[in-house]
Amino acid sequence: MSRLRRFAGVKLLGQISEAFSNLKREGKKGFIPFITAGDPDLETTLELIVELARAGATLIELGVPFTDPMADGPVIQRASERALRHPFGLTEILQVVAEARKQTDVPILLFSYFNPLLQFCAHERASKTSALPAFSFEILAREAKRAGVDGILVTDLVPEEASEFASALRANDLDTIFLVAPTSTDERLQMVAERASGFIYAVSRAGVTGAREEMSAEAEKLVRRVRQYSDLPVAVGFGISKPEQVADVWRYADAAVVGSAIVGEIEQAKSAADAVSRVGQFARQLISS
Amino acid sequence: MKPATQPDSLGHWGPYGGRFVPETLMAPLEELTAAYEAARADESFQAQLDVLLRDFAGRPTPLFPAQRLTEHAGGARIYLKREDLLHTGAHKINNTLGQILLARRMGKTRIIAETGAGQHGVATATVCALFGLECVVYMGSEDMRRQELNVFRMQLLGAEVRAVDTGSRTLKDAINEALRDWVTNVADTYYLLGSALGPHPYPVMVRDFQSVIGVEARQQILEKEGRLPDCLVACVGGGSNSIGLFHPFLSDEAVRMIGVEAGGTGSELGQHAARFNTAGGGRPGVLQGTMSYVLQDERGQIAATHSISAGLDYPSIGPEHAFLHDVGRVEYTSVSDDEALAAFQTLSKLEGIIPALESAHAVAHALKVAGEMKSDQILIVNLSGRGDKDVDTVRERLGV
Repeated sequence: MSRLRRFAGVKLLGQISEAFSNLKREGKKGFIPFITAGDPDLETTLELIVELARAGATLIELGVPFTDPMADGPVIQRASERALRHPFGLTEILQVVAEARKQTDVPILLFSYFNPLLQFCAHERASKTSALPAFSFEILAREAKRAGVDGILVTDLVPEEASEFASALRANDLDTIFLVAPTSTDERLQMVAERASGFIYAVSRAGVTGAREEMSAEAEKLVRRVRQYSDLPVAVGFGISKPEQVADVWRYADAAVVGSAIVGEIEQAKSAADAVSRVGQFARQLISS
Repeated sequence: MKPATQPDSLGHWGPYGGRFVPETLMAPLEELTAAYEAARADESFQAQLDVLLRDFAGRPTPLFPAQRLTEHAGGARIYLKREDLLHTGAHKINNTLGQILLARRMGKTRIIAETGAGQHGVATATVCALFGLECVVYMGSEDMRRQELNVFRMQLLGAEVRAVDTGSRTLKDAINEALRDWVTNVADTYYLLGSALGPHPYPVMVRDFQSVIGVEARQQILEKEGRLPDCLVACVGGGSNSIGLFHPFLSDEAVRMIGVEAGGTGSELGQHAARFNTAGGGRPGVLQGTMSYVLQDERGQIAATHSISAGLDYPSIGPEHAFLHDVGRVEYTSVSDDEALAAFQTLSKLEGIIPALESAHAVAHALKVAGEMKSDQILIVNLSGRGDKDVDTVRERLGV
C-alpha cells in the first residue's frame, strides 16, 4: 500500500475558501465564469461582473488581456484583441474591481499571463544603473488586495517559477491558484498540492481554451488523481460550454469553469447592453440543471 | 559575475531563462530534457549526428579569408565562417539534424516547427523528408509574403505550411501557434524549435547543436593562424547562430564578441528589433516560455518589431544572450536596414558571396569594427546564411 501525503494547501481563509465552504454546506457545486477585462470595454466589464454575480457565479475569473495568449484558442484570442484596442492596463482593471466591490462581494480572481503582471511590478523601479530585473511582487499583491481581488491565476507561471510571486500574494492574504493538467505527473500534482491555496484548477484536456462538443474522460481521472494529494476544492475548465457538460463536471468536481462560451456570447452581442443580458441569460441556463 | 556556461537545472542563467509555460507542457518539457541529457551522454548519438553533419549537411564549413573585404575595411583581417555553404543554405540545419535524431529517439512521429524567414522551416522540412516524418510548419502570413520561395520549397519537401494570421503575422505569432499545436498534440508531436529561445531545455539544446560552428572556427583559426581571433561578430535574432559561434570561445577572455541586432528604420518602439535598446522599449520580461529582454510597452504588451530581415524580426532574444549582455561578456549593438542592405551589396561585389540579409547585419558591423582594428588583428564574421531567398526583397528595395 503506497503511502500518500495529503496536503490541505496553504492556509488562507479568504473569500474563495469561504465561497467553497458555503457551497459545501448547502450541498451545491460551483460555477466559475471567465470574461476578458475590457471586452468590449471596461464599463461593460463592470456590468458583466455584477450580472454574473446575480446569475449565481461562485467566483469570477477576470482575464487580463495580452498580445500573445499562447494557451488560448481563437475565441479568447479575439477577446484580447478587442480589449487591447483600448488604452488601459492593470491599473484600470483594478479600478473596475474596486468599483465592482461596491456592488457585489463575489470573489474575483485575476487570470493573466505573467508579463503584464511582471511589468506592473517593475513600474516603480527606477534603477538606471542596472537592467537586471528587480521586480517587486509586493506592489502587485498590495494593489490587487486593496482593489478587492481575492486571488491570481497566472497561465504561464508554474510552481517552480512562482515562489516569490506566491509568497508576496500570501503575505497579502491573496490566493495563488495553480493549474494541473492530464499530462501532470504525480510528482507535479504533489508539488501543486503543497503550494496551492483557494482551489486547484484542473485543465480538462491537453489543448488550448475553447468550447468542445465532448468533455474528455481525462478530466474525471485527473480530478480523482488530484484528490489523492489535496483537500482543496477542484474546479474543472477548458471546453465546457453546455448545461449538460456543467452537470457532468459537477458529478465529480467542485466547480465548473466556463470561458470561451461566455466570451462567445459577448462577441455575438449587438451592443454592450445586449452583451450583459445575453451573458446573464446564458449563465443562468448553464447552471439550470 | 563570471559567465556561467551552463544554466541551472531549470534552465536559468542568472535571472534569465527558466520555464514559463502552461502546466500541460511541463511534463513534456521534463521528458524532453531527460531525453536530451541521455542523448548528449550517448556517444553513438553524437557519432550518428556527426555523420549526418558531414555527409548530409556538408560540414565542416570553410573559414574563408576575405581579402578584398579586408582591404575595403582597412584594418583587421576578416575571416568568414561559411555557414551559408551548408545544405539548405543556413546554419539552421545543424540544429534540425540534432533535434530530429532526438525526436526519433523519443519515438515521436509528428514534427511541428515555426519559421520566420523560412530558413528553419526549410531545414525542418528537409530533415523530416530525410527520415520520412510528418511535418507541419507554422509561418506568419506576412513572412509568407516576404519569403514566397521558401514556402514553396517547404511544400516541395513534403511539409504542410500553415499560415498564421494573428497578431503581427510574423515569427512571434508563428511560435504562439506552434505552442498551441504542441499543447494540443503533446503525446505524438515533437516541437522542433529553431532558435536558442523558449522554455528550458530549448535554449541550451539549440546552443549545443549550434556550437559546432564555434568549435570548428576555433580549430580552423588555430590551424591557419596559430592563435585565437581578436573579435567575433554575428547577427542576433533569436540568437542561435551567434551563441553557436560565441559559446566555445566564452572562456577565452581576450576574444571580444559582438552580437548585432536589427536596427530597422529607427530607434522608436516598433521601428526596430533591438532588444537591448533599453531606450527603445527593450527590458526584461517573459515571452513564450522564457525570461529575457523583450520589446514591450509599459503595460507589458509585446511591441511590434521591424526589420528588413524576417529572421531578425522578433521581440525577444535567447536568455543566454540576456545573461551575457548583463555580465558584459558579449557586446551588443545594432545596424539599420540601410546599413545591412549596403553590406549585402558590398559582400556580393567584393567577395562573390551573396549573404542572407540577417548575416548582412553582421557583415555591416564587422566592416566598422575591422576598420578600427590593426592589420595584424583577426576578426571572424559568422556568415550564417546565403542570400538567394532575399534577392527579391533587395531588388524591390533598390527599385531595380
